[in-house]
Formats: sequence, C-alpha cells, structure tokens
Amino acid sequence: MSLANALKKLRPGYRPSPGAGLAEDEEAFRFLTLGELMWRKFARNRVAVLSAIVLMIFYLVMVLADFFAPYDMNHAHSDYLYCPPQVLRFVDEQGRFSPRPFVYPLKGERDLKTFRFVYKEDRTRKAYIHFFVQGDPYRVFGRELKLRFIGVQEGTLFLLGTDVRGRDQLSRIIMGSRISLTLGLAGVAISVFLGSVIGTVSGFYGGRLDDVIQRIIEFLRSFPTLPLWMALSAALPPDWPSHLVYLGIVVVLSFIGWTGLAREVRGKILALRETDYVLAAAGTGASASRLIFVHMIPSVASHIMVVATLSIPGMILGESALSFLGLGIKPPLTSWGLLLSQAQRVEVMRLYPWMLAPGVFISIVVLAFNFLGDGLRDAIDPFS
Amino acid sequence: MNQPQSRPRLLQVRDLKKHFPVQKGTLRRVVGQVRAVDGVSFYILEGETLGLVGESGSGKTTVGRCINRLYRPTAGTIEMCIDGKVYDITRAEKDELKQARRHIQMIFQDPYSSLNPRMTIGDIIQEPLLIHRIGTPEERRHRAEELLEKGGLDKDQMNRFPHQFSGGQRQRIGVARALSINPRLVICDEPVSALDVSIQAQVLNLLADLQDEFRLTLLFISHDMSVVEYISDRVMVMYLGKIVEVAPTDVIYQRPRHPYTEALLSAIPKPGVGMSKDRIILAGGIPDPAHPPPGCTFHTRCLYAQEICRTKEPALTAVPGSPDAFVACHRYEELTLRGFE
Repeated sequence: MSLANALKKLRPGYRPSPGAGLAEDEEAFRFLTLGELMWRKFARNRVAVLSAIVLMIFYLVMVLADFFAPYDMNHAHSDYLYCPPQVLRFVDEQGRFSPRPFVYPLKGERDLKTFRFVYKEDRTRKAYIHFFVQGDPYRVFGRELKLRFIGVQEGTLFLLGTDVRGRDQLSRIIMGSRISLTLGLAGVAISVFLGSVIGTVSGFYGGRLDDVIQRIIEFLRSFPTLPLWMALSAALPPDWPSHLVYLGIVVVLSFIGWTGLAREVRGKILALRETDYVLAAAGTGASASRLIFVHMIPSVASHIMVVATLSIPGMILGESALSFLGLGIKPPLTSWGLLLSQAQRVEVMRLYPWMLAPGVFISIVVLAFNFLGDGLRDAIDPFS
Repeated sequence: MNQPQSRPRLLQVRDLKKHFPVQKGTLRRVVGQVRAVDGVSFYILEGETLGLVGESGSGKTTVGRCINRLYRPTAGTIEMCIDGKVYDITRAEKDELKQARRHIQMIFQDPYSSLNPRMTIGDIIQEPLLIHRIGTPEERRHRAEELLEKGGLDKDQMNRFPHQFSGGQRQRIGVARALSINPRLVICDEPVSALDVSIQAQVLNLLADLQDEFRLTLLFISHDMSVVEYISDRVMVMYLGKIVEVAPTDVIYQRPRHPYTEALLSAIPKPGVGMSKDRIILAGGIPDPAHPPPGCTFHTRCLYAQEICRTKEPALTAVPGSPDAFVACHRYEELTLRGFE
C-alpha cells in the first residue's frame, strides 16, 4: 500500500502536498505499519536497491546458466586460443547504424615482426547477434536442449575472449557462478543457524551455560583458518568430486564460523531480556519459549538476516581464494576462483588481460552483497 | 482511606533482601555485594495505594521487581493473600509462581520500551489473557476493546502498532494491558515520570478511576512527591535499600519525622515567587550501595546527624500516638521537621 493510498483511506479529506517532505514523513510514521516503514526506508537507498537488482540478475542467470551461456563451457575452439574479446557494435565502418548488434569475425595470423599470433577483425563481414538460437547441446532434466540466449550464425562470439584452450570465457564464468554463488550459501546457512540458536540460548539462560559457551567461542575464534582449510582439503576423501570436497570444507568451516553471529545474537538477547516489554511478559508468567519466539526472535531476526547477507561475500571470497590456491574446485568443474587462477602468471596478465574478467565478477557480487547488507541494516530499524 | 486497619492485608513483606553480586575478571570472581534492598518489611492492605518514594538508587524498583519475582530475593519472605489462599512468592516455583503472577501486573516508566514494537496493540493487551489461557479468542478481543475504550482510545485502533501512538496514549495502552486479567495488585513503576505534566494528570486520573472500578491495590513507585501525595493512602520512603519512614499520606506530608523525608518534601515545587528559598539541598549523592556507610546510612548527608548516628543503626520503630507511622531515626522525638504546607 502506498503512502498516499494509506492516508486517503484513513483520512478521506487528505491530499498529499508536494514538497512537504518532513511533514509527509511524520504522517507516514503514524499511519504505516512496521513492515511498510522498513520497505520505505530500504527503497530510498538507491545503491542498495540497485545491488538487489544486480544480485537478482546474477542469480537468475546462474539458474538458467546453460541457456545464457553462448557456448558449452568445455567447447574448445582450437583455432581461437587466447582470443581477445570481440566488441559488440551497432555502427559499422561506413557509419551505418544497425539496430541489431553485430561483431566482426576474427581471423588469426602470425605477426611477422614479433612472431606472436594475433587476431584481426575482418571488417568486410558482419556476424549479426541472434537471440534464442540453436547452439551447443545441453541437458535439462534428462532432455537434450539446444536453445541458447544469444549466438551468431557464422563465425564466433567471444564477448570476453577465450582461454588457453580456446574456450569461451563468458560461458565459463556463467557456468562457474553455479558453484561460486551457491556453495557459500550453504556455509552461511549452517553458520547462521548455529550462531542464532547458540547465541539465543547463551543470552537467554545466562549463568554457567553462558560462561561455557563464551569460552568455547573464544577457543574456536583463536583457530587459524587457512591451515585448517588446507588440512581439511587434504583430509577429505580424494575420490570425491571436487565440488563435494569443497562443500565438505565449507560445512566444516561453518561449524567454526558461527561464533561471530552467536556473540552478536547473545548481546542482543541480553539487552532485550531487560526491556520493559519482555519484563512485562515475564512478570505475567510467560513461558521461556513465548519470551524467546514472540518477544525476542522477531527483534533479532532482521539483524540475523543482515549478518547473513554481509557474510555471504566472505564465503564467496573464501571459495575464490581457495580455488586460486588450488585447494578448492578442480577441473573439469569450474568456478570464478579457479578461472581467476589462470591469470596467476604475470605474462598472462600482461598479454591476455581479459583473463582477469572473473575477478571483476567477484568484485561486483561481493560489493553488491555488501551494499545490500548495509541497506538492510539501515532499514531494519526505521525508528532511527 | 477511611479506617485502613479494618481491611485485610494483601501483601506482607518480611525482611526482604536483594543483593547483586559484583563480579570481576574472566573467572567472574565475586568481589562484593550491591545491597539494593537490605532488610525491608512492610505490608499493603487490600484496595489501598502505597506510595514508595526515594531518589534514584534507593532500591524502589528492586522492591517492585522482587514482588513479582522478576528478581529472586536473596533473603526474606513475600506473602500474598488472595481470597484466603496464601502464595509464598519467594519460594513459589513453576505453576504456583504462574498462579501468583496472574494476580500481579506491572506498569512501566518508559511508554516507548514497555510495548513490543512488533505487536499490534490488540495483541499487546490480550497477551496476559493468552499467557494464562483465559477465555476464547472472541472473548479476549472483546475484553481488549472494552479496556481500550476505558483508556480513552478507539477500538478501531486495535490493529495499529505502538509507534503510531503518542507517549500518553501508549501509557494508557500499558495500563489496559496490566488490567486485562483483572489483577489484584498493580505495581506502578514510575508510571508518569516520562510524561508531560498535562498528560500525567490524564494517566493518574485513569489509574484512580480504574482502581475504584476494579478494586485494585496499587504499589505506586515514584520519586515525584506531589504525584505520590495525590494518589497514595500511605507513603513509604526508602533510602539506600532501607525503609526510613512509613506513614499515612496526610501524616507524613504534614509532619515528617525523618530528615530525609523532610528534604524530599522541601523539593516539591510551590507556586509563587521566591518561595523555594527554604529548600533543603542535600550534600553529595547517594552512597555506594556496595559499601553502605556504618550506623544510620543517611548520616553522611543528614543535617541533624550526631555521634550516635555514625555508629548505631536506627531500627524502624512505631511512632507513639500516630497509628501506622514508623520511622528509623535516633532523633525523631527531639526534632520537629518541616512538612509540606
């Protein structure tokens, strides 16, 4: 329900006055529910809304990765090794505008001065981009499909270039997001669950139990993580596929990753335990479960959601770091960290800078999660 | 007010103590005790209003919270007698405690933190009924509507949230919640201190009206002597965890017998210009309750302190010739203290 509608419903004579921002805010405060206030505050944070949209697009593309990837990620175009990105164009050499974007086909040849293999655009021909084309086959629920979002009739379409074996970088990034964007979520889910349950118990019951839990948290927090990751990736069965190994690591890590959230939840619960409305319910004889689930958890839940959102980037970066070091995802699977590890050598970075593209995607997703988390944090307390 | 002796006692508190341990270090070593309430005995008659006054840190709130067992007393007994059944609140557990709590409700100082911001006011008012599983949903809703209207609010506002109300309205919602299960004793912990003066009167009048209507017994905790005078039958003055004086309201306001009461009364604002010159300003602050001074705890700030006050602790004794008046002062017989005109 929009503000104007809410006001019209409650006060038949109300007409919104343009430009009276402050007065409108005060009105809104008195007539909107808590959820509506939160939504308003979030919607005003442009960066957070944009981040949410960006993330939705990323996750949509991830779900339909086969459809959006122009090629099969293992399709090696042996004539196009380390091919640079092809530029999407609307205007050709003669300055003619074409509503349908096109690329110039590439032709590889040896530069006779440097003896390097270089790709030249063949500007006499245009390869028009077509949508919903038949491309490399893929399987969905056992059925073979060939429908892909974009493609070209002739030549090639490497919008982000190709790698050492001539595989399309964009297709590999899109397919890699399936691992990079999901495995972290599993870890966050376990951490958030453990953190909120243990934190609530610790804060609500207090006393000896609280002391014991706090000492355990201090012990777990003093563990160095990187050696632990390495030991774990070595300890898990070698015949597991690498994504299962990685999932295993994430699960084990999330069993020590809940400590930060547990402390925050404990602090919140301790503070809530002394608020008058909780005392009123407790003094009336409310059960522990009523106090926790009716009076405390709803106030903490939004905070937990924010912490979860803000800890997803850490998990994504963790995957990237591990795969970059060769401890995480291994071929034939792919992930952003693994793709980025191809750019480890200075020579590759200098000659084929498009190999750094996965890093750009990691940065975008991490930043978007951070901005979204910040926006949520500001929105959950609309009274401030 | 008339003949309070003939009424039965609803609450009987004997030698109540509540000490909070002071902890230090990671191992939580107990290094001392804060004596928030240190040996307090009093009673509340059925249907009366007992005013409990004292400055911040005197232990008023702690007494209130011991009565409904939000705090577990360190020592002493609290007995509540409801229709011939005696509840020992200090020792009651689980079901018995819940039964006892059914008869005690609280009204809080801060109208902004006493209502759950995520519940509608309909749910807030019905909550005590829900906790004790009283009535059908239909009956509970009806009861909430009735109480809202008694509090001067519209029953159409049941689905609104607390932030949509003003401080005074929220306090009246708090009163409605407290009364929803027909309690016998209502502990009002500074219920009007956070409100504007004009709104204070509204809430006080509402409380007074409802007290008559529902035959409520009130423990009215406040530091505002003029509010207490308005609503109380008897007044009890606390200082540093101890009772220093108890007496019927007109007695204590006309002829206080404890120097601390005199100082509190002198702080009541009076109409007129230049009238406040005779206000007694007590030196310093209230002493640290973890290290109370020896002898009479008030001697460090008392205008009339003598040698005996520094060494011997005065007992709370009945004042001869004045029924229901008790004072804890060595010199109450020789001193003639100024009351409130």
